[in-house]
Amino acid sequence: MTRRPWVLGGVAGLVFLFLYAPIAWLALVSFNDSRSLSRITGLSTRWYARLFEDDRVLQALGLSLRLALTSALVSTAIGTLAAFGLRRAFPGRGPWTVLLSLPLVVPEVVLGVALLGFCVKLAGIPLGFGALLAAHVAFSLSFVVVVVRSRVAGMDARLEEAAADLGASPLVAFRTVTWPLVAPAVAAGAAFAFLLSFDDVVTSSYLTGVGSTTLPVFVYAQASKRGVSPEIVALSTLLVAVSALLLVAGVLAAAWRARRTGTASTFVEAGRDR
Amino acid sequence: MARPRWLVATGLLAPTGLWLGLFLIAPLALVVQFSFATRDTGVARAVLPWTAQAYATALDPAFLPIFGRTLAYAGATTVLCLLLGFPLAWFTARHGGRYRTALLAAVLVPFWSSYLARIYAWKALLDGEGLVNTLLGYVGLDREGGFLLTHAAVVLGLTYGFLPFMVLPLYVACERFDHRLVEASHDLGHGRASTFLRVVLPGVAPGVLAGSLLVLVPSAGDFVTPRLLGGVEQSTFGSVIDDQFRGGNNWPLGSAMAVLLLVLVVVVLVLRGRRGEDVL
Repeated sequence: MTRRPWVLGGVAGLVFLFLYAPIAWLALVSFNDSRSLSRITGLSTRWYARLFEDDRVLQALGLSLRLALTSALVSTAIGTLAAFGLRRAFPGRGPWTVLLSLPLVVPEVVLGVALLGFCVKLAGIPLGFGALLAAHVAFSLSFVVVVVRSRVAGMDARLEEAAADLGASPLVAFRTVTWPLVAPAVAAGAAFAFLLSFDDVVTSSYLTGVGSTTLPVFVYAQASKRGVSPEIVALSTLLVAVSALLLVAGVLAAAWRARRTGTASTFVEAGRDR
Repeated sequence: MARPRWLVATGLLAPTGLWLGLFLIAPLALVVQFSFATRDTGVARAVLPWTAQAYATALDPAFLPIFGRTLAYAGATTVLCLLLGFPLAWFTARHGGRYRTALLAAVLVPFWSSYLARIYAWKALLDGEGLVNTLLGYVGLDREGGFLLTHAAVVLGLTYGFLPFMVLPLYVACERFDHRLVEASHDLGHGRASTFLRVVLPGVAPGVLAGSLLVLVPSAGDFVTPRLLGGVEQSTFGSVIDDQFRGGNNWPLGSAMAVLLLVLVVVVLVLRGRRGEDVL
């Protein structure tokens, strides 16, 4: 298997083709001149133009952005605390871990109907932003915890001990030693939470209220009623482009950071030798 | 520093615990309560008398084909994801070299891009006049009306949607796998097939388990893909639950089905045991 990776590489290439061909087609069709999604007749940007004239689209986009930002903020804040809480063994850690991984395995439709019942029949929470926020934070939390926790677990505890030995107060040690080490993971967790919220259809579809529809729910409703239109394809292409850009930016930032901290750690090594 | 460790940990975990308790556990408990309610009870407090009627309906033979179809879709999706995901994960982990991160990011881009957009892309591709049918037409394999509204279309869509869930844990397992074991196995006279089955597969088993779980559960619960690519004929468990809450207005029945779906998840989790845990 090692000596001839070409066959394997070929298969992997085909799988990549499978992953990207539909997206490429989507992008191509969004610039199509005619309404057809199957045949390219010419190029035009009119579907994009029409998209930005549609008030409902802009409204839904606004709500989705506000919701994704708020939900990412809340879930990153409390999820990061939780990740630190799980850092060392303590009685009761097992049940906590189970609780925190629960959102990963509860099917979205079940979460959606459960929260619908809860908000409407028990808690009296009106559908819309509040209900959506409750749901989005609930399903993003696990991802934040998983991401931050892996970083916290991989951290060298001696660095913090050294800071304490050198007279740093816990707060100073956290700010100058711990935080810079976990910050990239916290940022990654926040990005995950943002994208999870921004893209959610199933759970959100139960919790949107009158006049407060998220973008994916709007898109789904439109397409279920009238079928997939070129406007919807253009909108989808935009969504794909935005998340791709976010991800590429994230990877580049991580690489840049790694190079920077790489030099920083050689610095530490040099100091240790002395 | 004198505070006991468990107190500090619990304090840090409290906000998350509170949120999940309020917006996950309590709603799920309410669903269980609904599932024992008589039909059309209006408010939650008026559920008495308790009845198992909803479960009797949910387990009625009439719903059996839907159960079977859901499991078949989810099972086929999981197997396909494994077949496609393994070469990708192995190649990236073993031969990715300095491009590993880039390759992984390339797997993730479709994953993080609009889920609906990806289903619509397949809708356009599988249409009667779509690219797939046109290309197949050149070799005489085209199908009247295209491939939409078929079982194959649903499984294809689900596989496409959930493949990254499989690739990530598989990648982690492949990266951890000690490659010298393969050489040792070859040195000891095992062929490729035998090495794969007896050395590689057991070695990456935690990743296979974790990935299968991450694909199986959401694909069993999904109703958007079956509905958009399979149409009303191919209703699945998820879409029946959806109908009961949105259209049919039989919340107890929908709740009973939601509970059954949760039970299925728990069974899968227990069967998995603790093996896949460290990769998740």
